[in-house]
Amino acid sequence: MKASHVAAVALRQLYLYKRSMARLMEVVYWPTMDLLLWGFLTVYLRRTSGQNMPKFVSYFIGALILWDVLFRAEQGISVSFLEDMWSRNLINVFVTPVTMAEYLLGLIVISFIKVAAAFVLLSVLGWALYSFSILKLGASLLPLVLNLTAMGWAIGIFTTALILRYGLEAEILAWALGFVFLPFSAVFYPVSVLPGFLRAVAAFIPASHAFEGMRAVISGARFPARELLDATALNAVYLALSLLFFRRIYRVVIDRGIIPKIGE
Amino acid sequence: MNILKVNGISKSFEPGVYALSDVSLALEKGEILGVLGPNGAGKTTLIHTILGLISPSSGWVEAFGIRLSAQTRAGILRRMNFASSYVSLPLTLTPRENMMVYALMYGIKDRAARCDETLGMFGLEKLKNKPSRTLSSGQMMRLALAKALINDPEILLLDEPTAGLDPEIARKTRQMLKSLCSERGMSVIYTSHNLWEMQEVSDRVLFMKGGKVLMQGRSADLLGSYGAKNLEELFFKALGEDK
Repeated sequence: MKASHVAAVALRQLYLYKRSMARLMEVVYWPTMDLLLWGFLTVYLRRTSGQNMPKFVSYFIGALILWDVLFRAEQGISVSFLEDMWSRNLINVFVTPVTMAEYLLGLIVISFIKVAAAFVLLSVLGWALYSFSILKLGASLLPLVLNLTAMGWAIGIFTTALILRYGLEAEILAWALGFVFLPFSAVFYPVSVLPGFLRAVAAFIPASHAFEGMRAVISGARFPARELLDATALNAVYLALSLLFFRRIYRVVIDRGIIPKIGE
Repeated sequence: MNILKVNGISKSFEPGVYALSDVSLALEKGEILGVLGPNGAGKTTLIHTILGLISPSSGWVEAFGIRLSAQTRAGILRRMNFASSYVSLPLTLTPRENMMVYALMYGIKDRAARCDETLGMFGLEKLKNKPSRTLSSGQMMRLALAKALINDPEILLLDEPTAGLDPEIARKTRQMLKSLCSERGMSVIYTSHNLWEMQEVSDRVLFMKGGKVLMQGRSADLLGSYGAKNLEELFFKALGEDK
């Protein structure tokens, strides 16, 4: 594993963000719009519902910021990979000494930078507009963010493998697949709201444990050790499975000569 | 000395249909091998197989005395490079940014100087800080060629490299390749549909059709043995005989 190879993959994406307003908007504009729209709606709902839900704004804004972490982490990998397909640059990259592991790690690095940029922006806006401090989450903040980032990476690697196999026909997955998990991840409501069989599904989604943990901290109950442990264990399994899946797909792609077809 | 050997490579993507069928070739140090053939002959598949983008169904590739495999691929590719008129570079990046990325990928030490030097070889100095999307298709091809020389490769694989270049730039490019081969010992595999260009640039030529090698050898030898005046006539004779 060569650091310069990983840095090169990340540098190519950083140059892109430096020059592309559309890509910059992806990190700045959409998350900000989400926070403004849903944030003010939350404030309005709390006002009209009286004092029945005192932590409602905190739950909601916290959930918005942390869900964005997962979504950006996923897109940081899959959309960055798509950038090389859209620009017909994939073959050029794949005939350099950069290995697939280094390439994926480069995408993970860029994903981390995107997550960090969007997270800081949303945290500052949440504090400025809704008096919500993400630091309320205290010692659990970092493990929560890392767990949601890891789940985003697992989905991103899985999605990228499918795009590598099926080409641009599968590009919609880069935007859609993350949202499949949204209803079952108990992002904006507790798992207890879900019907029994969906609660069983939620138990296998790391994000549901992370968001339950977030609510536990905001409600002042406790440090969410059990939730974090569950999320971490599931993420370790899913990350490993996504990497194995990617490796398997890469072999299929080389055997069937798919890279030249999707790369030109 | 053979710097590259392709031994009995076949590739089938579906049962009974061969994109490559028992293809063998050897490339000597400092040599330019022109690969000719009609559309669908297997020229591009051959190049992609040598680069390890496609695994052969049978046969093997050996470069620098090392058998190409998943384990050896990165080490081999460090000493090779590739350009194709079918592949592009990110248009949002400037030529210099593109070159800097690839210089890092190939582990070039003095990156900035090397990028400027290779861009200069293709007359792109003045355009180096403009977004690549402002470049014409010919300038983009020159950028692709500059990228292909960034690591001073020992083996260069070129898939229709002069497509889109104006005749003057195409001629200069061929001259540059020939001088790089004679001065630095670079070896080149070169595909093109332009048979005049092939005759000018190639030390040897290899004719392909339907994934098979029809003939290979020095242009003059092949012209003599087939009684052809030029490669174009030889091309049609070869295709006619194959029918």
